[in-house]
Amino acid sequence: MPGSLAREILDLTVEHVVLVFVALSIASLIGIPLGIWLSRKAAWRAWVLGFANVLQTVPSLALFGLLIPLPFIGGIGKRTAIVALVLYALLPILRNTLTGLLGVDPAVVESAVAMGMTPRQRLVRVELPLAARTILAGVRVAAVTTVGTATIAAAIGGGGLGVFIFRGLASVDVDLILSGAVPAALLALVVDGGLGWLERRFSPA
Amino acid sequence: MPPAIAFRDVSYDVQGKEVLRHLNFEIAAGETFVLLGRSGSGKTTALRMVNALLFPTSGEVYVDGKSTREWDVIRLRRGIGYVLQEAGLFPHFTVAQNVALVPELEGWEKARVETRVDELLSRMDLSPAEFRTRMPRQLSGGQRQRVGVARALAADPMILLLDEPFGALDPITRLELQRQFVHLRKTWKKTSLFVTHDVREALGLATRVALLHDGRLEALAPPKEFLTAGGAASPEVRTFLAGLDWKLES
Repeated sequence: MPGSLAREILDLTVEHVVLVFVALSIASLIGIPLGIWLSRKAAWRAWVLGFANVLQTVPSLALFGLLIPLPFIGGIGKRTAIVALVLYALLPILRNTLTGLLGVDPAVVESAVAMGMTPRQRLVRVELPLAARTILAGVRVAAVTTVGTATIAAAIGGGGLGVFIFRGLASVDVDLILSGAVPAALLALVVDGGLGWLERRFSPA
Repeated sequence: MPPAIAFRDVSYDVQGKEVLRHLNFEIAAGETFVLLGRSGSGKTTALRMVNALLFPTSGEVYVDGKSTREWDVIRLRRGIGYVLQEAGLFPHFTVAQNVALVPELEGWEKARVETRVDELLSRMDLSPAEFRTRMPRQLSGGQRQRVGVARALAADPMILLLDEPFGALDPITRLELQRQFVHLRKTWKKTSLFVTHDVREALGLATRVALLHDGRLEALAPPKEFLTAGGAASPEVRTFLAGLDWKLES
């Protein structure tokens, strides 16, 4: 492998990781608080989850394309790519946060209330720690799929390992396609393994 | 001095169903007041009104002379120990962390909390050295209930609420814990409201027994009178007493 290709793989891998990390962080910052809110607002659950479900069904390439003409969040480049990746990552994080919180043993929640914990103390000290494993499992699923979906970001100038794949497709060069696909697959495995380890560490009991 | 707890014409409806109907009784400081009744008689509902987990549809519940509607609920709940049937221990906390929780929430100093945890575990016959760092899943049912009682007592509340605390235990452990409860009561001087469906337990532990039936107060008497006069007064009391070895004159 020529040095310049290796260098490019490394650069694009870093770019890919940044893309995934930023998208996942934003999705977690939206999805976890939204899931907490929904766990207290039963009436909104079906609507919000339904909306997130619909987002998930839009084909990724189409979503990237649909975002381009939108003002502020659209256009060509990383910003649009990140917006699309956030929308995709949102559902598993949101759904698992909600499932995790609603799955906490009611007797445990009741004793937290009865012991005089404020709603915030109850959330931080009891509910979130007990739901942590389920929430992390959602983040893990979102992370692995985002690593894959992020390869499509290259179609709208988002960069990352997809650059190789699209370049390879255009020039019918399998080696070039693999230069993007193999590191992306390895990255997905590493992310899955790392978050899986974290998930086990957060096992509450 | 006002009664520790008072129910004044308390009714509670849920979805059009009357769960409690015009309950009136007072519990004096230091009493062990047992609410006895079948499943669905409303006893747990009544208990949950004392620490403001529920509020009456009509009427008032007074704690220390003040309506639960006027209390700051967080303050009220921290002043009341609560023991549930399945203990309700926090599964992600060690035994010591479980017991220490309310004192910590109340801002006790660390050293004082630690001393208190050791003292309570010892009092519940759980060696601190052995049990402090255990997780709830590593305890037997009886040990979990002991920790539950220790946790309820941790911040030295004036009132203890016990909702079928020994209901899920095997008969021997149950008897052991009942004995321990009677022994502890002599020293702690707390007002206890104890819910059970077991008439034997009620008669053995109570200073007064209140029988609830379909949300109404059917009988209220100290155990001895409950056994004698109460039996004649109410068919529901007789039904309950029929399970005992004592012979009732019809």
